[in-house]
Amino acid sequence: MIGFSVNGKRVDLNVEPSTPLLWVIREQLGLTGTKYGCGMAQCGACTVHINGEAVRSCVAPVSRAAGKSVTTIEGLSPDLSDPLQRAWLEEDVPQCGYCQSGQLMSAAVLLRDKPTPTDEDIDEAMTGNICRCGTYPRIRRAIHRAAEMAKAGAR
Amino acid sequence: MIGLKTIVRKTSAGVERRDFLKVSIAASGGLLIGFHFPGVSALASAQQSPANTFMPNAFVRIGSDERVTVIVNHSEMGQGVYTSLPMLLADELDADWSKVGYESAPVDPKYNHPAFGMQMTGGSSSVWSGLDQFRQAGAAARAMLIAAAAEQWKVDASTCRTESGAVLQGTKRLTYGQLAAAAARLTPPAHVQLKDPKDFKLIGKPIKRLDTSVKLNGKAEFGIDVKLPGMLSAVIVRPPIFGAKMKSFDDARARSMPGVRKIVAIPAGVAVIADTFWQAKVARDAVRVEWDEGSMHDFDTGKMMRDFRERAKKPGTSVRKDGDADGALASSVKKIEAVYEVPYLSHLMMEPLNCAVDLRADSCEVWTGSQFQTVDRANAAKIAGLPPEKVQLHTTFLGGGFGRRANPQSDFVVEAVHVAKVAGAPVKVIWTREDDMAGGWYRPAFLHAIEGGIDASGNAVSWKSRTVGQSIMAGTPFEAMMGGKPYDPASVEGIDDLPYAIPNVAVESHQAEIGVPVQWLRSVGHSHTAFAVECFMDELATLAGKDPYQFRRGLLQKQPRYLGVLDLAAQKAGWDKPVAKGMGRGIAVHFAFGSYSAHVAEVSVTEGRVRVHRMVCAIDCGQYVNPGIIAAQTEGGAIFGASMALFQELTFENGRLQQTNFNTFPVLRMNECPEIETHIVENNEKSGGIGEPGVPCAAPAIANAIFAVTGKRIRRLPIRMTEAV
Repeated sequence: MIGFSVNGKRVDLNVEPSTPLLWVIREQLGLTGTKYGCGMAQCGACTVHINGEAVRSCVAPVSRAAGKSVTTIEGLSPDLSDPLQRAWLEEDVPQCGYCQSGQLMSAAVLLRDKPTPTDEDIDEAMTGNICRCGTYPRIRRAIHRAAEMAKAGAR
Repeated sequence: MIGLKTIVRKTSAGVERRDFLKVSIAASGGLLIGFHFPGVSALASAQQSPANTFMPNAFVRIGSDERVTVIVNHSEMGQGVYTSLPMLLADELDADWSKVGYESAPVDPKYNHPAFGMQMTGGSSSVWSGLDQFRQAGAAARAMLIAAAAEQWKVDASTCRTESGAVLQGTKRLTYGQLAAAAARLTPPAHVQLKDPKDFKLIGKPIKRLDTSVKLNGKAEFGIDVKLPGMLSAVIVRPPIFGAKMKSFDDARARSMPGVRKIVAIPAGVAVIADTFWQAKVARDAVRVEWDEGSMHDFDTGKMMRDFRERAKKPGTSVRKDGDADGALASSVKKIEAVYEVPYLSHLMMEPLNCAVDLRADSCEVWTGSQFQTVDRANAAKIAGLPPEKVQLHTTFLGGGFGRRANPQSDFVVEAVHVAKVAGAPVKVIWTREDDMAGGWYRPAFLHAIEGGIDASGNAVSWKSRTVGQSIMAGTPFEAMMGGKPYDPASVEGIDDLPYAIPNVAVESHQAEIGVPVQWLRSVGHSHTAFAVECFMDELATLAGKDPYQFRRGLLQKQPRYLGVLDLAAQKAGWDKPVAKGMGRGIAVHFAFGSYSAHVAEVSVTEGRVRVHRMVCAIDCGQYVNPGIIAAQTEGGAIFGASMALFQELTFENGRLQQTNFNTFPVLRMNECPEIETHIVENNEKSGGIGEPGVPCAAPAIANAIFAVTGKRIRRLPIRMTEAV
């Protein structure tokens, strides 16, 4: 048995410890917002947080999550209230949408660490997340906008 | 992604072409709304209309809860059809936009593409082909709601008006939800009056997409996300070489692995069926297969391109002949020749191919991100041994399509039905990224050999080009799209309509027969012809000693729409002002899918590394629906084209693909992404496409900018400065 929390709920699973966390999240837990894109930490579609850090769940064995706290896109906010989700809506970011869960989860860690990110910070944090539709310019704008929203909200 | 010029006559399943304009509306006591409006006679067959809902035609349902659901017959793969098509309907309906939603259409002839005669998404055609369908559907529903209100109020319908989801007369007001049940009992009007464009409330405005929320919280369901009770997962051992046949397989180790249910040979390879994807994948990797490698065992793309070069030295099939290109070349004052090469490319959608199937004795349900519903359903039915009506195909969100999910053989659907036949339970086949990349159906590799000449005054007087490459249609069920021509129009689209005023033009084509499966990829032939044509135009400009923008202008004087985008891009990019030190500026213009596009790229090259800093894009797609979506598609197209230009190439050695994943077939990333501006030409021309026209100009604009800053010509993609001449 491997136990950890997912989006604040405790789960205990009977699963092969080497199974990638991605597939446990998608298949055992039924949280399909986290996506499979490459299986080798190249594209970032599978990005989740383990204890607040961005992790490529396609290469992280589920054993790495044992006793820890995992957040997936379903746990980013219950009601699209996160400044990133609001900014993504305002900038009309997604096209096909498949990569956007991973983009948001990477951006969430960026904004926590750097509440006012520069373009260089965005390059550094987001370069591991591929978007085939080419939404990068809008993602960049949305991150800046979310940073402003978060600040306005904090005041 | 089918070219605008081509019309499907027959699908692979032999389904008769249905000409939208001629569809008979001989209603069998059903609803009837005007002519050229398919599907109104058979609406009940596919959808259940719950009590108290109003479904006047195949495209809209209005509930007593005020919800307006637009049924969309095109697949949402990022291009925004779940927003732009509902906008058309909702505007004519005078709906309250906040109550408007979307639903994907089931497979039914009434949802056929009006121009292509089958249900499909491609050719950058959803909006222009849906203009009439969706507007008329909205207008008809509105007329019926008005009639219902007038009846209730006992007033003349002509005295009523509509606004934001309600019918009004004087101080009286009834909402569409309140009228839904009564309207459902009325007969649809025979003719409807469409709005005067000046009265549009939604059309032409940058309305935000309807499908964004579900893409921000994990709720959007893509094919790979489909869950069915008792569903198993399958991964397939696929041939390492195209055309290889399985001789035998050894599954001794795989069979005893956790979760494995069955390991079975199917036409696509060996299917490993397990409780979960990961179990199936691990077991799949443990199956040993002995292959008969077949005739492609020594296929080598380097050798193939050398063969292409040799073929280009010989005359090909004539595609276009104006004047005497050879004679004019001979008498030219200056001449130049260049050979341009582009490789095989993978569509590389973020969501790898997948398909879920629930096969029962007398029914079959399929869930997948399809761009080719009619074909996929027919092919699934054939394998299932059922009539097509017994097969329900559910179109999920597509995690990118780019043409790959419009496969003439329905490869990813057919194999999943084969797996379902042996699985004994609902099953989902998932391709790994490596499976997806090695699975074929690529954009073909091409070579263009071009010669050109100018006269003493610097005028271009001769153009002679030969294209060598595989046809995407010959030998497929879509061969009819070649229209009986001895060449594939999709190989030469974008050269055969060379718009420049050059008096002597010869365009020839050589068709290569190679056992690599190929098909349409975003912008199809234009993805390579624009590179060859627009780079060669730049070379001619240099030969003539002219500015590349002015040189093009001079030759496009009788092509106002080309000129329009060319001028707009040049002006917005500041072509007449010097570019920053260390940067070069390049320009390209092209027509594809009914729209005109021009790009100006600003590029630097440092120690052999190319960096694209800025792209200014101008687009003329005629009358448009949503400028926000147009900007998004143009940006995305430019980035897609830049990825092709800078990074992407599939190569084969000993019959085996050398690239496997994003590390060896890269995509442009955030830190490499230029600033992109999109400028839309305003006019009242016929609507053109928008999903693909943003792609073709990116590569030539970048290559021409590299010349501007380095003096070196790029003649092969992807760009490698070590190969520049």
